[in-house]
This record gives sequence, C-alpha cells and structure tokens, in this order.
Amino acid sequence: MAAAWNSLVNVLGPDLTRIVIGLVGVLGLVQINALFLVWLERKVAAHIQLRIGPKEVGPFGILQTIVDGVKLVSKELITPRHVDRKLYMLAPVAIFLPVLLSFVVIPFSETLQIRDINVGLLIIFAFSTFNVLAILMGGWASNNKYSLLGAVRSVAQNVAYEIPLLLSLLSVLLWCNSLQMSEIVESQSRVWNVFWMPIAALIYLICATAETNRAPFDIPEAESELVAGFHTEYSGMRFALFFLAEYSNMLIVAAVATTLFFGGWKSPPFLGFLPVPGLVWFFLKTYALIFGVIWIRWTFPRLRFDQLMNFCWKIMIPAALLHLVVYAGIIKFIR
Amino acid sequence: MATQMLEPITEQTYYLNFGPQHPSTHGVLRLFLKLDGEYIVEADPVIGYGHRGHEKMAESHFYEQFLPNSSRMDYLSGLIYNHGYVAAVEKMAGLDVPPRAEYIRVICAELNRISSHLLWFGTFIMDLGGFTPFLYCFDDRENLLDILDRVSGSRLTYSYCRFGGVAKDVDEEFISATRQFIERLRSRWDDYHNLVTKNVIFIHRAKDVGVINRELALRFGCTGPILRGAGVAYDVRKAEPYSVYPDLDFEIPTGTKGDALDRYMVRLQEMEQSLRIIEQALDGLPGGVVKAAVPHKVRPPKGDYYFAVESARGALGFYIVSDGTSYPYRLKARVPSYGNLQVLTDVLPGTLVADTVSILGSIDIVVPEVDR
Repeated sequence: MAAAWNSLVNVLGPDLTRIVIGLVGVLGLVQINALFLVWLERKVAAHIQLRIGPKEVGPFGILQTIVDGVKLVSKELITPRHVDRKLYMLAPVAIFLPVLLSFVVIPFSETLQIRDINVGLLIIFAFSTFNVLAILMGGWASNNKYSLLGAVRSVAQNVAYEIPLLLSLLSVLLWCNSLQMSEIVESQSRVWNVFWMPIAALIYLICATAETNRAPFDIPEAESELVAGFHTEYSGMRFALFFLAEYSNMLIVAAVATTLFFGGWKSPPFLGFLPVPGLVWFFLKTYALIFGVIWIRWTFPRLRFDQLMNFCWKIMIPAALLHLVVYAGIIKFIR
Repeated sequence: MATQMLEPITEQTYYLNFGPQHPSTHGVLRLFLKLDGEYIVEADPVIGYGHRGHEKMAESHFYEQFLPNSSRMDYLSGLIYNHGYVAAVEKMAGLDVPPRAEYIRVICAELNRISSHLLWFGTFIMDLGGFTPFLYCFDDRENLLDILDRVSGSRLTYSYCRFGGVAKDVDEEFISATRQFIERLRSRWDDYHNLVTKNVIFIHRAKDVGVINRELALRFGCTGPILRGAGVAYDVRKAEPYSVYPDLDFEIPTGTKGDALDRYMVRLQEMEQSLRIIEQALDGLPGGVVKAAVPHKVRPPKGDYYFAVESARGALGFYIVSDGTSYPYRLKARVPSYGNLQVLTDVLPGTLVADTVSILGSIDIVVPEVDR
C-alpha cells in the first residue's frame, strides 16, 4: 500500500496526486450526495404533502434512489433522428464536469480541502457559469421546440441572476478581505458573516435558487409548460447526468453559502466545546440550507418568465448594488 | 440553368403543438399555437380526440340505457349530468319524483360540484407549478368520494339517479359523514387561503391574466364560473330553478374583471355556497320513498323538450326530440365546456406560453365533455 502510494506520488508529484485523489473522492461524494438528496427531497416533499414517500426499498426507503439509478442505467439511450449528434451527446457530460471541478476549492473541514487557492471563490464561479453553456447545448441540439424554449429561458435566467449573485459576494470579499476559502472561513471564527450582512446572504440564496433552476424559479424545466424543458429528449443515463448535475449544483451553492455566510466547517461559537469534527458541522449546515430550498420548492408555485426577469433586473440587481456600495462605505469607514 | 432566387425568410413566428399529449392540457386537448418568441400570435384549439359519439349512441338506446352514458360525458361532474338527463326525461314523460329523492339528488349533486371544484383547484395550482395544494385537496376529495361511493356504488361515473327518484336511499351514516365533511372542509379554507390565495407568486400569476370580460363571455356563450367571474350573476339554479333549489337559500358569487383570479375566487366561494346548500338540504330532508312507480319503459309523448341544470362548469342543457317511441329521436347535450373552450381563440393571443396553462387551468375544461 505504502509502496503504491509512493510510486503514485513519484509519478504525479504531490500536487497532482492530491488533485487526482481529491477528484475521485469528489466523484464519490457527488454520487452519494445525489442519492441522498433525491431521497431527502422525496421524503420531505412527501411529508409536506401528507404522504409517506418511498418506504419499500431499504430502511425508510433510503435505497430507493439506488434502485432508480439502476433503472436509469439500464434504460435505452435514445437519440432522436433530427438531433445534432455531437452536441447532443456532449451536453450531459459538459453539464456535469464543471460541477465536479467546483468542489476542488471547497473547504470541507480544517484539513480536508483539495486545493486552497488564493482565488478559490473565483474558480467556483468560473466553473459554475459553464452550466449555461451545457444547457444551451442540450436544448439546441435536441431540435425540439420545447427544449429550445427551455434552453433560451435558462440562458436568460442564469445570465441575469449571475449578476446579483456575484455582487452579493463582493461585499463578503470586501469584508473578509480575501478570495481564499480558508481565510474566509477563518475570519468568521467569532461571528458568522450572515449576522454582519443578512441581506447579502438573502440575495445570494435567492439567486442561487434561481441558478440551480429550482422552484419557484424552475421555469427552464417547467413541467406544466415545457414538458421537461431542455432535457425533454434525453433518456437513460444521459437524463440521469442532468439530474445528477442539478443535485450536485444544489450541493455546491449550499456549500458556498455555508462557507461564505455560515462559518464553513467551524462550529457555532457557543457550541465550540462539543467534540464534533468540522466535517460534520459543514455537512449539517449545508444540508440544512438544502432542506430550506426543498421546503420552498414544495410550497410555492412558479413565477412567470417575464416576472422572473423583472424581479432580477428591477429588484435584485439594484438591491445588490446598493448593498455593495453601503458595505464598501462602512468597511472604508471602519478601517 | 436559371438560378432560382430563394425568398429570405422574414417570418419570425413558428408553430407549436401544445398537446394532445402534454402535462397540462387536461386530457386530450390540442392547442395549435403560432408563437413569436414566447408570445402567442394565434391560438387554435383542436378538439375531437376524445370523441365517443354519445349523442348518436342515445338514438339507438332506450331512455334508461342512456343513463350510464350521461355521467361519462363530463366525468368530473357525472352526478350533475345524471341529474340533468333524468330530470329532462322526467319532464318529457311527466313523471313525479318523491320529495326525499329530490333532496338526495341535490345533496349529491352539490357534493359532486365540490369534488369537481376541488380537483380543479388542485390542477390549477399544479399548472402554475405548485404541487402541494394538489395533494391537500385530493385528500379532502378522497373523503368526499368515499361518501358518494357509499351511496351510489361508484366514485366517478355515478349512475345514481333513476327516472322517478334515485337508486338507493341514504342512511344515517351518509348523513353524519356528510356533516363531518362539511366541518372538515370549512376548517380547511384557512389552509387553502394561506397556501395559495395569499401567496404573492400566485396572485402575480393569476391577476389580470386571461381577462374574459362580460362581452366576450356572452359572445362565446361562456357559462358557469367564467361568466360569473366576468360579473354576470347567471346561474341556472337561480335563473331557471329546478328540483328543490328554490326552497334553499344560497348566493351566486360573482367577480368583477373576469381574470383568472376572479374565476378562482368565484369557484372557491361556490364551494362554500354548496356547503350551505347541503347543510340546508340535510336539515330539511323529508321522509318517504326515494323512487316513485314509473313504467318499465319510458315512452315520452311526441315533441321537443329542453331542460337545463347548472353543472360544475356552467349551464348544461339536454335537448331531446321524442317521436313517441322508447328511443330518443335525437339527443343534443349543450355542454358548458364547449363555449368555454372557444373563448381561448380570443383570449390567448398576446399572452405568454406560461399564461396559456394558467388561462386553460382557470377555464377548467373537461375535454371529453367538449367532444362527447
């Protein structure tokens, strides 16, 4: 074992080894997260809706998603006749890869972070913007009017919501004076950022919901309007990859929110005496946020497209800008 | 070889087939939409996918044999259809109905109206993207269907009414279950209002969407909640009273503008009015038989007859021509959804694709009723 490890380090060098092993680990995390989240979503939705939810496969139906996954893998990959074959096949992969790479800089605990780059936050948003491209690819290549409408909506929505999202994070950067994830976490040792700037956190969470195409902003895949939106024509594992990307995206945005606003892997200050590892705190916070997102999804109806864009351009962006200016002033005044 | 010059495409519009297989066309409606981006330029409802020829079927069946068909036209308010057909034939043949049977008919018809409105409530919100209210009201509806199941033996396509009465008398358990249901539904209004009516997203999606004003509604022959939503207090139960409705005290809720929100409010208030009717009918339920002696085969005298009732979707009329035999010579059902659907051609242009589903949902069509 040690010999194998040494030879691996010798061949790849310590940095690359870390990244390769980290990515393999992330791949596992993403799968398990999707399995767990789909189950969680179905359970939470069921209890909100006076139902029981999955309960047959495994204890509390926890293995239901694995069975569903097996079903999806065994399904035929249908390629409709009039699609643009290359793009059509590339899209599910393209949507999944950037999600995977975003995990590189997330600090899961004090030591568990694949790379602590000094532009960590930038990397996450650089990668997560790729999403739009993949959705457009899939929607365009499918050669289906519903898919195209879904893709067009998605691009407009994601591009619009990226702006207030980044603006809300800018105030955090000014506050913490760093782009490095570990330093941002460190600066929240005593008070979490969410207490300093609750509005920024709110803007971030709303925009993140829109970014991940979750209800009430799920118009790109609005079932009652566009059947399934951009992934209408996808079947089997290709569909599963879109699904996987959606849930991994949820994890990413919740993990970023945890890191930036809720103290990352650090325990709440008044609970510091508990011998709970940082990893546990991190995932507790992250999944608590995801639970909130699920709760919202099963409570609200969907916005209309023009209302969604109005909300973004007329409320979110001015609010985020104003927030940034005010906080920039405060920070200048304090220091 | 002469080069053929191709005309550059200047048209910015395209066509979209909305249905007949689509999650929110409520059955087999097909909307042929001409779109400019996401805006609708032209809308053409294409009907006929659920055609079963009920009207023609009537001509080759005894009057009694057509009974089951009546509740299969509009499967959501089957009992009201049943009632309408039976009452029409009774009017033709001059049959008497015992008062107890009339009361039971009204109770069951109003229960059926509530079940239809509850289903509409759920699907309307589901069209707007909210899934949870759907299951809430299905829970209530389940309770209601159990009650109707107890008395009529079926949950959807009731053939409960008979010429001269109803098939089966109700028992004490039916009455107490119905009273419990009234309590239950009244305690649920708060939930519904908090979850949906006061929801800002819902209001944005329904307010000023799909305005069907008075003129438009009258021009297309819209009836029911659409007409009442536009401010016209027309309800067959009041306008041409039948059965025991004149003895019961209820109001006709109306809207003002005729948008989707008005239609929504009208339907919710109608459910409350239906509860009131049921309460009064239960209190005043007389004793006696539930079925009068009627001839084995009904042979109405020669002539044309028309009888209308208020279904959950509007005015439902049966126009029956009798040639004196035990078969109708011609049976024509004036169904409310037909007129209500036609108005889409005028209302949809200029709106967004997303509005299509909310307008369609607020109109509450049942396609098999349109096609018959």
